[in-house]
Amino acid sequence: MLQTDQYNINIGPIHPSTHGGLHVEAVMDGETIVDAIVHVGYVHRAVEKIAESRTYTQFIPYASRLDYLASHLPTMGYVQTVEKMLDIHVPERAEYIRIIMGEFSRIASHILFVGSLAIDLGATTGFTYCMRDREKILDLFEMTSGQRMIASYMRFGGFAEDLPEEFIPAARNFLKNIPQMFDEYNHLLSGNEILQARLKNIGVLSAEDAINYGITGPNLRASGVDYDLRKAEPYGIYDRFAFDVPLGEKGDNYDRFMVRLQEIEQSGRIITQALDQLPEGEIRAKIPRIVKPEKGLEVYHRIESAKGELGYYIVSDGGEKPYRLHVRAPSFINLMVLPLISRGGKLQDIIANIATLDPVLGEADR
Amino acid sequence: MEHFFVNTAHALVAWLTGLGLAPGWADLILLVVQWIAVIIIVILNITVLIWLERKVSGFIQQRLGPNRLGPFGMFQTIADAIKLLTKEDIVPSQTDRMIFKTAPMVFIIISVMLYVVIPMGDGMEIVDLNVGLFYFISIGSLSTIALLMAGWGSNNKWSLLGGMRSVAQMISYEIPLAFSLLGVVMITGSLRMSDIVAAQSNIWFVVLQPIAFITYFISATAELNRGPFDMPEAEQELTSGAYTEYTGMRWALFFLAEYTNLVAVSALMATVFFGGWQGPWLPSWLWIIIKTYLILNVFFLIKWTFPRIRMDHLMSFSWKFLIPVSLANILLTGAGIEVLMRMGW
Amino acid sequence: MSEYDPQDMLQELQQQMGEKLVIYQDRFFTFLHTNPGDLLALSRILRDKYGFNHLADLTAVDYIDSHGSFEIVYHLYSIPANRKIVIKTRVPANKPEIDSVFPVWPTADWQEREVYDLMGITFKNHPNLVRILMPDDYVGHPLRKDFTMRGRENVTN
Repeated sequence: MLQTDQYNINIGPIHPSTHGGLHVEAVMDGETIVDAIVHVGYVHRAVEKIAESRTYTQFIPYASRLDYLASHLPTMGYVQTVEKMLDIHVPERAEYIRIIMGEFSRIASHILFVGSLAIDLGATTGFTYCMRDREKILDLFEMTSGQRMIASYMRFGGFAEDLPEEFIPAARNFLKNIPQMFDEYNHLLSGNEILQARLKNIGVLSAEDAINYGITGPNLRASGVDYDLRKAEPYGIYDRFAFDVPLGEKGDNYDRFMVRLQEIEQSGRIITQALDQLPEGEIRAKIPRIVKPEKGLEVYHRIESAKGELGYYIVSDGGEKPYRLHVRAPSFINLMVLPLISRGGKLQDIIANIATLDPVLGEADR
Repeated sequence: MEHFFVNTAHALVAWLTGLGLAPGWADLILLVVQWIAVIIIVILNITVLIWLERKVSGFIQQRLGPNRLGPFGMFQTIADAIKLLTKEDIVPSQTDRMIFKTAPMVFIIISVMLYVVIPMGDGMEIVDLNVGLFYFISIGSLSTIALLMAGWGSNNKWSLLGGMRSVAQMISYEIPLAFSLLGVVMITGSLRMSDIVAAQSNIWFVVLQPIAFITYFISATAELNRGPFDMPEAEQELTSGAYTEYTGMRWALFFLAEYTNLVAVSALMATVFFGGWQGPWLPSWLWIIIKTYLILNVFFLIKWTFPRIRMDHLMSFSWKFLIPVSLANILLTGAGIEVLMRMGW
Repeated sequence: MSEYDPQDMLQELQQQMGEKLVIYQDRFFTFLHTNPGDLLALSRILRDKYGFNHLADLTAVDYIDSHGSFEIVYHLYSIPANRKIVIKTRVPANKPEIDSVFPVWPTADWQEREVYDLMGITFKNHPNLVRILMPDDYVGHPLRKDFTMRGRENVTN
């Protein structure tokens, strides 16, 4: 083979396919990736420092802005952590609405994943199809809270408002269309020869590496490890629903893609059950006006967010502001394996690898 | 209507010689007029074409496409052209200025040169070269140089990658492109465009040479850098590849040249495989426009449906699949001609 | 490996480590409090013997004002056995140094870099201990309590 000089090329922080401010410094030999150095922090907003100077309630909107593509999930993680500290029991109806909103967020995030993967591979039409479907979920969010993307809808002990009347029919209507949505995605994307050639056996992450590097969420399950916090450590009322955990085999890009596609279906199942069982009643528990967890209390609470294990570690000093708040961001830790799975691949593969790891930089950089 | 343009040209020459000009000079002036006509056609056609592609892609992607300026947004392209023309012309300081500035011009000149041999109607070739097809292929492959110049001159790693990709890709796809046309040439026995069109008066070559047509179509898509083979540009990977550093009208020239190439190749495809300007009822020049536009829409459809193929897959597809197939096609054609000749055709 | 009783595990650990390990529990977690020097040994036992293969969260809390030290917290989970445990250790504020657990759990790579970046705790034997979220030339460690929200007054480097 022809020997050429190695050179470094900066993919990002401003680049069409880095999903925000990701910066990958690729060491290349021709079009082959020799090594990749990931630089994060371009969207660092010091959320953890801000938390120390805000009251517990004031931090809710900041939590929503962590994973802005599935904003109900990080909010849910945060409010549940504080509820755990205060020992608050959320009313049944609110628990169900949380599941519904959370799973819709997951679907929205995964649909966007499919779309952004498509556009990163050059299939712009797949992107517009996915955006069209995601809009319908954002419409649902708009109905409940007036906000489409970053809805700080949840409160400690429940919700700010009850679901509007038109929400449930609209939600059912969306769920009814999921199979048709899948049909289109399969015709346009997953059944496409070029797309399969671009994804299969590329960016292989073994189960062992995935666990060692702390990879969680769909990326871990694509490697064949059956670990879903909704099953392993059911938080909220997840133990009441029947759903499957889709697993991949090889842990390549195609598995990561398919696992997420199947998770959309499973989330749809959960929402259907939740809508069927949705009880009437209160939507907000009585909580003290000023939230003050007892002194010295510390909690680590984790949920299965759209990107993986999202954990909040909160230490209280008895005041109305957290003494320390740490966010275990799945996107941050998932990005760690990017060099590992990209070495030896082509320049075009690393773009696909970034897309299938599905980082959201607002969460990775915090 | 049929001979409107031809008659106009004859009238022009007659008028010029009537003024006392030597026939040679009159022909030269006619040639200049024809050139200007080609450039006007190219530019007008492209404004329509860009609008059409936006509309078609909007239709494919379930959105509206341009719809604000004029009926169905038809003046959008004109507005864009004005915007691009009035934009600041930025030449980055670290570029190789000469190469950087000439690259777009080279590209557009080469693309317009392609129109010389295309029969745009009955007797409407500008020059009916006896090596017309050969001219087309050789001039067409020159556009690599322009892309390499842009990639190298920009002094940007992304641009260079784009330029190198275009060289590798065009060299690889040049071969199946030429080989697939050889089947047609073998049947016609001529490289002259008018002969090729005349040979299709009974049956189109797409019927006689289906394999050649498919290999030609694929290689032409790659030669044109159209999706799914748009490697030199590859927006999502190479930001904009060879065009990354270009702005304003320089960038627009590349854009223009790509569309010019696209139309030229579609017109050639219509000429070589779909009977050229031949067709019933309508005038011949209208037929070639209709056929070209139908082929263009297939290009649009493919571009807006498929993901981009990977570079090494692209290369191996050419060398390991398209070239053998097009060679086999030549063998088959040769054998077929031999058999038919022995049978006394 | 994954078949063991959590209480037995704690007893065994206590026997093995002796006074160097303090075990206590609260509503949610079992905490293993150890010295910085014994951290690596404890980590290896937990991973190899008891299957705690998932280091979910590694972070530090600034207790300089009350105790004059940083507390480093490791939240461990065992994916096969579905168990959880927390390791805690304290490093003095004047010499914030601790062994890296990167050899045990590679996922500690970025998490330790983050703690180093924001808290200023040095991890010995870390393969690439550089700032991760803040710019490379940044001075100060923003998550320390003496780093005020107003800016860089009283910055300790």
